[in-house]
Amino acid sequence: MLGAATIVFALLRAVPGDPVEIMLGESASPADVAALRRDLGLDGPPAAQYLAFLTRVARGDLGVSITYRAPVATVIASRYGATLELAGAAALVAVGFALPLGLLAASRPRSLADRLARLVSLLGACLPSFWLGPLLILVFSIELGWLPVSGRAGLDSVVLPALTLGLGMAGILVRLTRTTMLAALREDWIRTARAKGTPEWRVFALHALRNALPPVVTVAGLQAGGLLAGAIITETIFAWPGLGRLVVQAIDARDYPLVQGCVLAIAFTYLLMNTAADLLHRVLDPRLRDAS
Amino acid sequence: MPRSARGRLSARTGALVLLALCLVGFVAPLVAPADPLTTALHDRLRPPDASHLLGHDALGRDVLSRLLYGARVSFIVGVATLAISLVVGVTLGAAAGWAGGWLDEALVRLIDVFLAFPGLLLAIALAAVLGPSLANVVLALSLLGWPGYARLARAEVASLRRQEFVHAASALGARPLRIVVTHILPLALPTLLVQATFGMAGAIVAEASLSFLGLGVAPPTPSWGSMIAEGRTFLLVAPHVTLFPGLALAATVLALQLLGDGLRDALDVREGDGQRR
Repeated sequence: MLGAATIVFALLRAVPGDPVEIMLGESASPADVAALRRDLGLDGPPAAQYLAFLTRVARGDLGVSITYRAPVATVIASRYGATLELAGAAALVAVGFALPLGLLAASRPRSLADRLARLVSLLGACLPSFWLGPLLILVFSIELGWLPVSGRAGLDSVVLPALTLGLGMAGILVRLTRTTMLAALREDWIRTARAKGTPEWRVFALHALRNALPPVVTVAGLQAGGLLAGAIITETIFAWPGLGRLVVQAIDARDYPLVQGCVLAIAFTYLLMNTAADLLHRVLDPRLRDAS
Repeated sequence: MPRSARGRLSARTGALVLLALCLVGFVAPLVAPADPLTTALHDRLRPPDASHLLGHDALGRDVLSRLLYGARVSFIVGVATLAISLVVGVTLGAAAGWAGGWLDEALVRLIDVFLAFPGLLLAIALAAVLGPSLANVVLALSLLGWPGYARLARAEVASLRRQEFVHAASALGARPLRIVVTHILPLALPTLLVQATFGMAGAIVAEASLSFLGLGVAPPTPSWGSMIAEGRTFLLVAPHVTLFPGLALAATVLALQLLGDGLRDALDVREGDGQRR
């Protein structure tokens, strides 16, 4: 987290051009420039700036947004829930879709399900969300009129954004579930279990799945964190009032404190998700539990 | 079909499609039916017809021509990003893997910090402060790309440097640089190659994403991402403006994906951790 904060700090200062000048324009009075510079923590030597920045971030003080004229932390908090809802729904779509399909594909290689799984993983990899999103809107909102075009109102408005965002993750998960399951099914203990006369569904569900699941869960956790970045584009497409849309608007408005706050908030959430995925992996895999 | 044969087939298909797209980008000025920047407002949003095969966009520009020129942007960004991140990543990774000690420790930390940012976030932040331009996109995406190659190169070099053939070479008086370049890296090549293929696909999608958000190549230069963004407003009346750049992008990524999958099978690179079996 310290590293992530450092990069964000360096990023906004290493750029050519003075953000204060860009925000106020060239005709601003020197007093205004100095005041804004102080407010943004851009005065004084870099080392002092850096320390001040870290202590403020640690206290949860992300500065004041220029466009909203409110503390950045407050603005972010008001949008945070929407992004979590979207990312959660997308993860649900991805896992709910990919896990059964991947398992089905692994149980019957070269079957219809296997081909479908291959197709999903290819589509997930090569259909960009900013193209898929408009296409889904065209079909389901405009032609069929089933779902709202954009915005966030009620359960049906989350369906298309979640589908758009979730497909990429579903593609990766389908593929991973399939390969880890196939690998697990080739192991010696599976042959032993079969030789003992264990019914096939038990071999599949208890012996193979139990071993294939931990890596899938870990990757799903990492991917779920990655959804936060994907949400930047999906939220823009569907006018979803979350962090991603906020960061794009902040960039357009040159609201640097808000950009900085959003980037930090997304990166921190991602790190938390990673840690959670790691812990879950330990819980699911006894070998790691004992080693630690 | 055996795994390696299937791999060769899909690699060949991917490479062929890719080559075709690359060629199209190269010869765009020769084959484009119209200037990609010339506007003709009376033709705005006109659907595809015989003289303009893919129709016109919101400013009456020829979509096919913009698509062909857009291929250039995609490939320039893809290749440049790949080259920079590969060179930087492999150099740093190999140096750290060979040297070990604090240098290695420092690099691993640095990689972890860069990987602490999900997906495009870092590139978006960087592109936002740098402003939209082709060079800035490449810079931002290279910053995103190098840790992956560095990690791979580090792992390969660190695991191979204790092998006997390395000791033999060094006993014969070969200097570390020579050993790494001529003896170790060739063994890491298949893994790096597969990773590079997916990396290029990632860079091309990332460029389109940045351009879609208005953070990529500055308008009016045609990029597939910005074409999709511009066409989105007129989705209802003129879906063709959005449809075709999306198809082009999907085809390119699909080709790279096939190539990567094929290379992985043909070169027998294991999925996931990047180690060969």
